[in-house]
Amino acid sequence: MKMANSLRGEVLSLYKNLLYLGRDYPKGDYFKRRLKTVFLKNKDVQDPEKIKELIRRGEFVMKELEALYFLRKYRAMKQRYYSDTNKTN
Amino acid sequence: MAELRALVAVKRVIDYAVKIRVKPDRTGVVTDGVKHSMNPFCEIAVEEAVRLKEKKLVKEVIAVSCGPAQCQETIRTALAMGADRGIHVEVPAAEAERLGPLQVARVLAKLAEKEKVDLLLLGKQGTFASQVTVEGGKLKVEREIDGGLETLHLKLPAVVTADLRLNEPRYATLPNIMKAKKKKMEVIKAGDLGVDLTSKISVVSVEDPPQRTAGVKVETTEDLVAKLREIGRI
Repeated sequence: MKMANSLRGEVLSLYKNLLYLGRDYPKGDYFKRRLKTVFLKNKDVQDPEKIKELIRRGEFVMKELEALYFLRKYRAMKQRYYSDTNKTN
Repeated sequence: MAELRALVAVKRVIDYAVKIRVKPDRTGVVTDGVKHSMNPFCEIAVEEAVRLKEKKLVKEVIAVSCGPAQCQETIRTALAMGADRGIHVEVPAAEAERLGPLQVARVLAKLAEKEKVDLLLLGKQGTFASQVTVEGGKLKVEREIDGGLETLHLKLPAVVTADLRLNEPRYATLPNIMKAKKKKMEVIKAGDLGVDLTSKISVVSVEDPPQRTAGVKVETTEDLVAKLREIGRI
């Protein structure tokens, strides 16, 4: 990845963070493989503006993942521990 | 501004998404090699403590866990979420399995005294808070009861347990986990606190819940009503 040093650092951080976040993603290896594919696909991008846009997209995916994990967990807890209140609705 | 100190107890449990299996010898559930994480309700308690600190209502958040060495991972997660320091009450794995609520309560009580804690936040148990604020040196807690909301004022020190709807816990991201490694983690033994961990309860057997019996299909509404009358539902 040939680009300004600071952007390179940001991209690497983003990749590491997404990798860490992706450990809890269901469907086994799916997320990890897709993450690698997508990053490799964009490895020759040079334009700093385009790179920043891609970084923002990566950060958006991170937010989406956090929301997904939260919803799954919330729903599971609600079903397991609050099922008696559901029945009255 | 506020000099309040909060203690949050966090428990390392089998991850909520894992399918739990009973051991063949029926002495417990399979835990070896199984993914563990912080109890989701403990996460809510940690989040609330950290939010109180961010609102400058609490000065310091201490995360505590009782159990074997792996508990430190759970404490580390609490630190990554914003707790200031951790205390690991070391209990060997075999003994930890038999640790009951009473023993843990004694540990927490001794720690609360030792660390001069004003507020203890815990995961869900019984009645729980859906909103917590500090007002004039007292704790203002809102909780859901049958028929609505109840607002309570509590003198400090106080113990509060967290409801599912209290907040949305933040995810402990990798950079925060890394930063958490620099935070202080104290390791002590229950004996150091003068707490006796012997349990008067023993586990007799652990079994799977009964299989769900198959449903019954009926042809007409009359049949349905007849069936319901039969089993005494109407």
